[in-house]
Amino acid sequence: MSPRENSIEARGLVREFKKGPRAVDGIDLHVGPGEIYGFLGPNGAGKSTTVHMLTTLLPPTAGTATVGGYDVVKEGPQVRKTIGAALQEAALDPYLTGREHLRLQTAMHGITGEERKRRSDELLARVGLTEAADRKIRGYSGGMKRRLDLALALVHGPRILFLDEPTTGLDIQSRTALWDEVGRLAKHEGVTVFLTTQYLEEADVLADRVGIIDHGHIVAEGTPDQLKAEISSNTIEAVPADPEHHGAVAAILERFGAPTTGFGPNSVAVQLPASDGDIAQIVRALDAEGLRIAHLQIHEPTLDDVFLAKTGRHLEGAGDEADQEEPAAT
Amino acid sequence: MQIALLQAATLGRRAVVRTARQPANVIFPLIFPMLLLAVNAGGLKAETQLPGFPTDSFLAFALAVPFVQGALLATVNANVEFARDIQTGFLNRLALTPVRGLVLLIGQLGGLLTIALVQAVFYLVVGVAFGVRLETGVAGALLLLVLEAMIALAFASLGCWAALRTGSTEAVQGLFPVFFVFLFLSSMNIPRNLIETDWFRWVATINPVSYLIEAVRSLVIADWHWETIGLGFAVATAMSLIGFALASHALIGRMART
Repeated sequence: MSPRENSIEARGLVREFKKGPRAVDGIDLHVGPGEIYGFLGPNGAGKSTTVHMLTTLLPPTAGTATVGGYDVVKEGPQVRKTIGAALQEAALDPYLTGREHLRLQTAMHGITGEERKRRSDELLARVGLTEAADRKIRGYSGGMKRRLDLALALVHGPRILFLDEPTTGLDIQSRTALWDEVGRLAKHEGVTVFLTTQYLEEADVLADRVGIIDHGHIVAEGTPDQLKAEISSNTIEAVPADPEHHGAVAAILERFGAPTTGFGPNSVAVQLPASDGDIAQIVRALDAEGLRIAHLQIHEPTLDDVFLAKTGRHLEGAGDEADQEEPAAT
Repeated sequence: MQIALLQAATLGRRAVVRTARQPANVIFPLIFPMLLLAVNAGGLKAETQLPGFPTDSFLAFALAVPFVQGALLATVNANVEFARDIQTGFLNRLALTPVRGLVLLIGQLGGLLTIALVQAVFYLVVGVAFGVRLETGVAGALLLLVLEAMIALAFASLGCWAALRTGSTEAVQGLFPVFFVFLFLSSMNIPRNLIETDWFRWVATINPVSYLIEAVRSLVIADWHWETIGLGFAVATAMSLIGFALASHALIGRMART
């Protein structure tokens, strides 16, 4: 198998919807074999539209893309044989059991006889659903549905896996379990994973490389460490005990660094110079003015800082400000 | 070919299992047509005294109606579920597999056909239990089931088209009253030649549902009346072909995979 067979390439990929803005506006991608690529962005940024194009569910308006070495427009059937996908909504039939879903999915992939049963049992065990296999889906928790969704995406042994916000709405335990399985797939089976997420932690923990998308453009790309290194300094954030002292606190902090957007509603934040400044000096300056601080925190750079630096907004809540709804793919 | 058969059978099985696990979708299509039959058989009994009425049993005359009603109800229920598959993204899941659109459609229609046939056997058994005697005998009963399959296919393919075209459960549910308007404006309660109101007779004559009902009725009360039976089959076949062509076209648009 040539390395190209497990990779994803896109050049100038565009998707424009009728009477709508460009959901995806000329993105370039290269995802290498066995790599976990995190596609990070707020709601409506263009993540799902990109996934729909790469999985052949939606033809691009312009640009080219190959998945597993096959052109997504000209060689759709070959692409579909190569990939597995768990799309944003775990589209499961509430009246069928987990095992029946696997029977259906294996049949659709032309897997027959003993192999069909063996594969179903193996996947149910792998995602920890053996005991729940004969229960109807409507009795499954969100985490169980997501795990079944992952199992369904793997029935035909795909070389490339697309996961569209696989952990949205899951509790931390279910999320961690899914991360472990996805990590194992990439590390031990060499599966290339294209993962969209709006969770910073998910991209940080799981992805080898991260692409940050906003309004259909990739605004930053690299390993999480590379991206954070671009934001070379820490941020100090203070919340005045008396909200009326907001201006006074801001004036003092701005002596030590450039103002930036804080996380809290009444917080003041500045980005410290590379030397990190002298925290003791900041505290002394605030104290000298008699300003009481309810909360003082130093943040190391995060992917959110990268997003903030590139777009001027925090990732959390950015989707609410997005002026476009991500259109349905079909 | 073998794989296509497996795929279609699995999809059909899913449609049957899903319906069977929703009691409302099983009980209502069985009970409602029977209740309506009981009410009509009691209330319209005097119609048999009309000169030229083809039978002295209104129950036997009206037994044809549940067959068409049942096919309609099964169609609406199954296609609401199909539209839900589109809304929830289940169709996208299928679109990402190698399954061909035609196989998907055949599987969906096959499941619906099975449900309609089970219902038809129920209506037939209830009718016979209440004293209806099939003039065409056992062979007629078997042909009746074949005709019922064709009628179900006709409505089902049109319902499939609506589901695929709109992708909306509400739109498919909205078909229910439309279908029933066709049913009530047919010869369901009186032979066309005995309808006195001109406009109603004209509407019943151009209404394809009349020919479906009359073919079923013919097998129950009129011995082998090939012209009526043939016309029923022809109308059902034409509706099926039109519906299937429309549904296939809509499916291509809906599964717009490259």
